[in-house]
Amino acid sequence: MISMYEVYKSYENGTSAIRGINLTIEDGEFAFLVGPSGSGKTTIIKMITGEVYPTSGVVSVNGFDLSRIKRRQTPKLRRTLGVIFQDFRLIDKKTVYENVAFAMYVLGKSNKEIKQRVPYVLQLVGLESRMSCLPAELSGGEQQRVAIARALVNNPQVIIADEPTGNIDPARSLEIMMLLEKINELGTTVLVVTHERELVNRFSKRVIAIDAGRLISDGMGGYYEYDEE
Amino acid sequence: MMRNRLGYYIKEGFTGIFKHGFMSFATICVITACLIIMGTFALLAINIQAIISNLESQNQIVAYIDENLPDNEAAGIENEIRRIENISTVRFVTREEAFSNFLAKYENNSLFSDLDASVLKDRYVITLKDIADMEMTRDQLISIPGIVKVNAHLEISKGFVTLRNIAGLVSIALVLMLLLVSVFIMANTIKLATFSRREEIAIMKIVGATNWFIRFPFILQGMMLGIAGSMFAYLIEWGLYYLVAGRLAVSNTFSFITLVPFDMITLPLLISFGVLGLLVGVFGSTSAIKNYLYI
Ligand SMILES: Nc1ncnc2c1ncn2[C@@H]1O[C@H](COP(=O)(O)OP(=O)(O)OP(=O)(O)O)[C@@H](O)[C@H]1O
Ligand SMILES: [Mg+2]
Repeated sequence: MISMYEVYKSYENGTSAIRGINLTIEDGEFAFLVGPSGSGKTTIIKMITGEVYPTSGVVSVNGFDLSRIKRRQTPKLRRTLGVIFQDFRLIDKKTVYENVAFAMYVLGKSNKEIKQRVPYVLQLVGLESRMSCLPAELSGGEQQRVAIARALVNNPQVIIADEPTGNIDPARSLEIMMLLEKINELGTTVLVVTHERELVNRFSKRVIAIDAGRLISDGMGGYYEYDEE
Repeated sequence: MMRNRLGYYIKEGFTGIFKHGFMSFATICVITACLIIMGTFALLAINIQAIISNLESQNQIVAYIDENLPDNEAAGIENEIRRIENISTVRFVTREEAFSNFLAKYENNSLFSDLDASVLKDRYVITLKDIADMEMTRDQLISIPGIVKVNAHLEISKGFVTLRNIAGLVSIALVLMLLLVSVFIMANTIKLATFSRREEIAIMKIVGATNWFIRFPFILQGMMLGIAGSMFAYLIEWGLYYLVAGRLAVSNTFSFITLVPFDMITLPLLISFGVLGLLVGVFGSTSAIKNYLYI
């Protein structure tokens, strides 16, 4: 579960990125987080992953209190999260299989666990036939699916995706969103940041809209009302 | 530490070294050079100290006793001498004993054959704990009533003590300076390694690998470079030492100097080089990786 209470965030240079957000995302939910460029979406994501800390207010994620988390605790928090980025962040020299296995390996999982789990998640994202390819041999959509497999492989409670379709053509984008929806149906909470109105409107999901660091609407129903730009 | 990851750490450590082979080589060279410079001055200080100790045991102060003093009072002076802090040994030598020593030394010299013991004084032969304070001790001896004259070779002792102090200070200053240089070079090399693996580091961070897991291959890499540097430094220092010792042995001017045998300093030198190399590795790599961990 993710909850934010009266959260403010100002960066060191004085930019006031988040100005009083209250928000709860329950276990098992699927939510879009939308808003114009610079509205603070990435800042919210980074507060959830413990990359930046709120200036005031309370951020709580899967039982960790992010406003007072100790640096040593951050890895434990992150093991409960699967994070996906716009730019995929795959390791070029590692194969698809190795990229996914790496995420388990660095958490000290045994080879046996890795050998069982990696093919399973790769099959889940539809890449079982591309396991020994390098990222450069894959399309953008496929690379993002590798990243999704990597986010999933340690069985997180929550998947967080910051503009996962930003670098992918529309048809593939829809596939990615449907994949995330499927993952949500399997029981994982999913929070997706996106710009793409069309895409959001094709799903009937909760949409959290922010602007200039404030919540402007939060509701079900696959709509995305305000004007961008 | 996590299960069966030692292989991973070592492999990553070696990968880092060979990926930036030139920088690794340069780092090892710098550490080697720094250690040799430090080590040479430290060995110099050690050898001067050995010479000083040798002088301390050989270099005797002779305190002559007033001829008119009755024998029992002359013997009493010994207690007063022993009261002086810096005194190591005191031996009373009668004029007869001194005379026979003197004759023994100049056995074949007819010039002294018609002398007799009465020309000499009774004396105390004294050795010191620390010849650095020889001058003070001499003054204290002179101030004892009944002692008429004190013979002390101040110049030699002063020279060696000054030399030792300089060598000691220089080696301490060099240790600090060159350690900083080595750590700096080391940090730069490890930074290169972290830079070329920044994507992996970012991924490890985001999936929740511990800082120790992320840091360890780099620290290991630093330690391997540091140890390599100290081993080379040790070998070269060893060679240099034998070279110098050999030269001194055949030299006319310096033949009175015998170096402390290398066997006696092998272990301390090996340990201090090893420890310094390791420290440079650990500090250099820790400071290099720091920036990557605070995300
Ligand atoms: N590290 C930072 N230091 C200073 N200001 C920052 C930093 N990161 C973001 N900002 C500022 O905070 C505000 C919110 O940025 P944020 O990245 O959260 O927006 P966003 O909604 O993700 O935008 P986009 O849709 O373009 O990704 C912006 O004004 C941005 O310039
Ligand atoms: Mg953003």
